[in-house]
Amino acid sequence: MHVPDGFIDIPVSAAAGVVAAGAVAVSLRGARRELAGAGGHGGERTAPLAGLVAAFVFAVQMLNFPVAAGTSGHLLGGALAAILVGPYTGVLCISVVLLLQGVLFADGGLTALGVNILLMGVVTVVVAYTLFRALVRVLPKKRRSVTIATFIAALVSVPASAVAFTLLYAIGGTTDVPIGTVLGAMTGVHILIGIGEAAITAATVGAVLAVRPDLVHGARGLSAPLKLRVDGELVDARPEAAPAPAASPRPVLFAGLVISLILAGFVSFYASANPDGLERVAADKGIDKKVEDHAAADSPLTDYGVGTIENARVSGGLAGVIGVGATLVVGTGVFVVVRRRRGETAEAEQESVRG
Amino acid sequence: MSTGHAHKLYRHGESPVHRLPPHCKIAAALCFVLVVVSTPREAVWAFGLYALLLGAVAAAARVPAGFVLRRLVIEIPFVAFALLMPFLVPGERTEWLGISLSVPGLWGAWNILAKGTLGVATSVLLASTTELRSLLLGLQRLKLPPLMVQIASFMIRYGDVITDEMRRMSIARRSRGFEARGVRHWGVLAKSAGALFIRSYERGERVHLAMVSRGYTGTMPVIDEVTASRAQWAYAAALPFSALAVCLLGWTL
Repeated sequence: MHVPDGFIDIPVSAAAGVVAAGAVAVSLRGARRELAGAGGHGGERTAPLAGLVAAFVFAVQMLNFPVAAGTSGHLLGGALAAILVGPYTGVLCISVVLLLQGVLFADGGLTALGVNILLMGVVTVVVAYTLFRALVRVLPKKRRSVTIATFIAALVSVPASAVAFTLLYAIGGTTDVPIGTVLGAMTGVHILIGIGEAAITAATVGAVLAVRPDLVHGARGLSAPLKLRVDGELVDARPEAAPAPAASPRPVLFAGLVISLILAGFVSFYASANPDGLERVAADKGIDKKVEDHAAADSPLTDYGVGTIENARVSGGLAGVIGVGATLVVGTGVFVVVRRRRGETAEAEQESVRG
Repeated sequence: MSTGHAHKLYRHGESPVHRLPPHCKIAAALCFVLVVVSTPREAVWAFGLYALLLGAVAAAARVPAGFVLRRLVIEIPFVAFALLMPFLVPGERTEWLGISLSVPGLWGAWNILAKGTLGVATSVLLASTTELRSLLLGLQRLKLPPLMVQIASFMIRYGDVITDEMRRMSIARRSRGFEARGVRHWGVLAKSAGALFIRSYERGERVHLAMVSRGYTGTMPVIDEVTASRAQWAYAAALPFSALAVCLLGWTL
């Protein structure tokens, strides 16, 4: 579903481009940390590793899996990349793949590049990874729960991307297909795609977990500490070396979520200035309903028919997805502020290397 | 880099368009598409003129029309979407061969088809006249972060290697009698994807170590700095500026 030129109007494309550029900038910084080796010597590992992972995503998108009766689908890879190598590297790899597909293979328009990166790179990765983290935290600490969390995260990420597309289309679409029709068609098709994506992604992550569990970013922290059997009793091999979890992203994630939910209400209210009808309901019902409806709208069981009540749910879902986008913007701001100092020193080093 | 690394989409040639510095070409292509997208859809003749402009570029670059047309098939999913529009969009209806079609839907379909096709044709022309390496250098000149350019160049260098690895795994599967026929075989395909990931990642680690042992510190030295003279910029700007003139005419007429 690469969006071509002329499908979304210029202002919205430009805004999406700005958000996508911010996301890529944040990911460039985050990926250094994610790909840093055990010794903590990080930066220079980024390019080769992220490049090879991007090549993997590119190859795996060509892997066709048969669905039924001669039709076949292929992976989008956003959730897979996020869980295998981490969200920042995931966004980065998908963005590079989309950039080259746009410039080289003419797949997706040049002016729609920001829209494509936002929809297929950022939304899928952020939705999948947030959901995955939450599930892994809730479920028992076992390998099986990683696979289950992967399945659900991948399943939701694909329709979420379709809903985000519908949202961009509602704001900046150049044609006037009724939003309900677009949403119904897009979500329906993408729930089906999502099921395939989820099954393959979960099985792939399971296969990697079985062989090299240390390579699965999402399963870090699941490895049990080394135990020695001394006189028939299990003793921690190095009790003092229990690794403290590196700077928990939880406060940032939480703050981003709260602010994004507030923004979601605000933005859906703003969108209601559009006299197209759907957003009217968003203004009336979407704001107070959004929290509990968000979960319902994302679930594959939601009836996405077009009626008044469904519209309220739909608007809740839309608001939720705007919220996810806003989380990203807030996250951008937070990380830029937090990492500015480090960035400056890194740049100074680069300058000294060049000079 | 040897010519073996040139991608399939590149058409080697010696033409004024091939010789232009890459960043001029990328900027020109992007501006041209921007102008096309902001043209009002009612100015049908303007899109004809844009197509003529692209045809002139293709002629100057000696890219045959069939080559560009064959590559346009990438657009098909959205063409299908566009063809559905006259039936889906509510509004004023019109009769054509006994079928009731909606007028705003027809305009919408025309809008997507015209602008999307011109955009794809522009990208195809850009890719077929610019080598990969210089495309990336051009993007770097246009202030794409150097790290991103490095990642992209690694992806391109190893893309064929990894894809070939996947093809060999597929041959190995088939030579053992495996044929993916339905949902029951997804597990095998997923295990292949997992194995491919491990191989790619480990290859990445090996490449990194090899580079570090040769003195890599995280930045690539730029040895082939591309520069553009004023004349080259002017030559590249001919396309977007003539398109801009057409666009302004389209808005005023």
